[in-house]
Amino acid sequence: MNVTLFFEQLVNGLSLGSLYALIAVGYTVVYGIIQLINFAHGEIFMVGAFGAYTVWMVVGSPTALSWPMALFVLLPAMILGGVVLSVGTALATERFAYRPLRGAPRLAPLISAIGISVFLQEFVRLFYRKLPGAPDSKRAIPFPRIEGITGHSLQVGAVAIKLSSVFTVVALAVCTAFLWYYINKTKTGRAMVATSQDPDTARLMGIDVDAVIMRAFAVGAGLAAVAGVAHGLYIGNIDFKMGFMAGLKAFTAAVLGGIGNINGAVVGGLVLGIVESFAAQLGNSAWKDVWAFVILILVLVFRPQGILGAKVADRA
Amino acid sequence: MAMLEVKDLEVAYGRVKAVKGISLAVEQGQVVTLLGINGAGKSTTLRCISGLIPPVVGEVWFEGERIDKLPAHKIVRRGIAQSPEGRRLFKNMSVEDNLLLGAFSRQDADGVKRDLDRVYGMFDVLRSRRHEPAGLFSGGEQQMLAIGRAMMSNPKLLMLDEPSMGLSPIMTQLIMRTIGELQSEGVTILLVEQNAQAALSLADRGYVLEVGRIVLCDSAANLLGDDRVRQAYLGAD
Ligand SMILES: Nc1ncnc2c1ncn2[C@@H]1O[C@H](COP(=O)(O)OP(=O)(O)OP(=O)(O)O)[C@@H](O)[C@H]1O
Ligand SMILES: [Mg+2]
Repeated sequence: MNVTLFFEQLVNGLSLGSLYALIAVGYTVVYGIIQLINFAHGEIFMVGAFGAYTVWMVVGSPTALSWPMALFVLLPAMILGGVVLSVGTALATERFAYRPLRGAPRLAPLISAIGISVFLQEFVRLFYRKLPGAPDSKRAIPFPRIEGITGHSLQVGAVAIKLSSVFTVVALAVCTAFLWYYINKTKTGRAMVATSQDPDTARLMGIDVDAVIMRAFAVGAGLAAVAGVAHGLYIGNIDFKMGFMAGLKAFTAAVLGGIGNINGAVVGGLVLGIVESFAAQLGNSAWKDVWAFVILILVLVFRPQGILGAKVADRA
Repeated sequence: MAMLEVKDLEVAYGRVKAVKGISLAVEQGQVVTLLGINGAGKSTTLRCISGLIPPVVGEVWFEGERIDKLPAHKIVRRGIAQSPEGRRLFKNMSVEDNLLLGAFSRQDADGVKRDLDRVYGMFDVLRSRRHEPAGLFSGGEQQMLAIGRAMMSNPKLLMLDEPSMGLSPIMTQLIMRTIGELQSEGVTILLVEQNAQAALSLADRGYVLEVGRIVLCDSAANLLGDDRVRQAYLGAD
């Protein structure tokens, strides 16, 4: 592999990895607090992408905005719409699908999660089929062009870096910075950490654990929605099934980094993205989806606590 | 009326009753101790008062209001703090973070700062090492932190679950002296202990719990002189 190709694959891997990382945080934060693998989280990511798309439709499907308008008005509005829809959906699933099952055997909320996942896919598919002016939801829907990002690249030496790649990586960096601040510097963030370490003692501190759980779902959903927009820009289209594979990959990333560990989710996502991207380059690209699951199985067998160690391990 | 009143409380884990109909009262300003061997139901009683487990039957009243249906975080806001058995510190958080979590329910930043100073004043080692993770401290120091953390909610009633557990005799003495200081400051305390000697020398009143039932209740002085207590809990023959 020559140097240019190497760097191109590295950039691809980082972009893909940033997407996985943004989604993986949601798995890990929720798992850290209620030990639930929220298998509907991939659909929360998908709903975020459709939320952003809907905002674009609602403002009249603009296609010829000037780049400052597209970048600084339309894109933020789309991200906001995606976040609102994802967070709302996640809070509703928490309230109606998971909270009633708290204290039930662990399998019950897991099955509930799978049900929610199917429900959300079908709901989005049918809803957009009925929506006047909406494209055929059976096929992939082209994501709106954002002037200033879509179709542009940055030339670094011989390596061309797509601006949508840059957007994805920057989105991860910004979200991680906010998350770090929230977890370490705010009172409700500290309450979240305390609850994940020892829920009963957290309650003795006066922490409302139900509120913490809702915040965990909300934070994860917010990041997933950002990932949904980044996916639309980077991959170029969205569809109602997009959450399935992305969700599984992000789950793998969370396990790889150590489920329950937020830094681990970010590291795991990036590692998985890079491995996938190089594996696709070196081998047969039709096999690219296999590698994630080979990694998942290897991690589960040989290092179930993940790269950075699951938080469960230091609970003692 | 007593500050805390527990009436005919029954608490169960699944089908197994751990507490089988106990009643007890704590008057304002008193130190009341709850004695009993392993598995008697002492911790279960405290957990129920704090709202961590609901009672099967019975009532808990605090300052004239019924609290046994409230969620745990609201009970803390009413003024009941608990330092749980085994200390249960947030081990990889700093001393100061642990203390601040103890004050989670409070909005008065000035009061929190004052109480932080008060806890540091009581336990010097906590002040000098306030940025170190709680897990690095010795058992006695961790117990100090656990008590300090419970004090950070500025409670009206402080419940301590076996604060002397696993501590050397000297450390136990130090912890008991601290509890004595809190008592003289007017803090109302419900003290669960297996170390009956130490607890009864501090307390005003005591209850003895055996397999989920109260078998004795009297002033601490009388309990110290009671033959049954001396035989079962004070190692006299
Ligand atoms: N989480 C639980 N699930 C099932 N049974 C429990 C649980 N916790 C306690 N028990 C049982 O309830 C009974 C009372 O336990 P509890 O912890 O209240 O006793 P204790 O007086 O605090 O004992 P110790 O001095 O050992 O702390 C015991 O028989 C114990 O086995
Ligand atoms: Mg106990």
